[in-house]
Amino acid sequence: MTKTSKNIRKKLTVNSTTNNLSTIRDFVKKLSSQVGFDEETVNKIVLATDEACTNIIKHAYKYSESGKININVSYRDKKFSVSITDQGTHFNSKSIKEPDLKKYYEEKRIGGLGMFLMKKIMDEVKYSQTATQKNKVTLIKYLQ
Amino acid sequence: MAEFDVGRHGVGSVSVLDVKGFLDAHTAPELENAFNGLINDKQYKVVVNFSNLQYISSAGLGVFMAYVETMRENNGDIKFCGLKDDVYNIFDLLGFPLLYEFYKVEKEAIEKFNQG
Repeated sequence: MTKTSKNIRKKLTVNSTTNNLSTIRDFVKKLSSQVGFDEETVNKIVLATDEACTNIIKHAYKYSESGKININVSYRDKKFSVSITDQGTHFNSKSIKEPDLKKYYEEKRIGGLGMFLMKKIMDEVKYSQTATQKNKVTLIKYLQ
Repeated sequence: MAEFDVGRHGVGSVSVLDVKGFLDAHTAPELENAFNGLINDKQYKVVVNFSNLQYISSAGLGVFMAYVETMRENNGDIKFCGLKDDVYNIFDLLGFPLLYEFYKVEKEAIEKFNQG
């Protein structure tokens, strides 16, 4: 029997700087623990959120600290969802292929690992653009 | 703010980096500095001890990928030891065990350098 949990809807807005990654991780860790995920799954949700926000800081805002990152966490019907939006440069997620580490090593490429990790550790990862031209990435994990 | 610290000590011809705390995109430059210091000192045999590392993201993993070739070109290597299961799982997901050696304890990793 899994614990019954209340629905959740929480929001965090931070500036686009790597300084805020620990705040973001703590925010998601607290909420995912609260709904009853085990420690291993909490760690996966935390890592995926970090990777998504790191990508936004590096690629969408290109380290400009004035950009805003919005993180919306919701939990309902055993579905835990982290939606992250930004107003930075749009990038085409389809252009990122699954990395071959050996090739990476040979070509000295070190980007793209984060996106690959997110897909490996979450149940669903969706990219979209909202009507207000915001980039949105949604990370989903189902409570078993 | 996430705390991270990297210490360095030598055991014979091997340099050990002790990583501690949270290794993410914010703290990865500190690890890069440590590797740059090793290269400046021509220390290419490196063991990274993860016993006190709580967290790693791909930004941290990227640092090892960025420096391993330089170490290997100079008859050295980067070997890993003391990883907690959840930290090891991240390395494993990305296929690192194919390209890097992992050991349970620091001594084993150092001995491997001394054998080779």
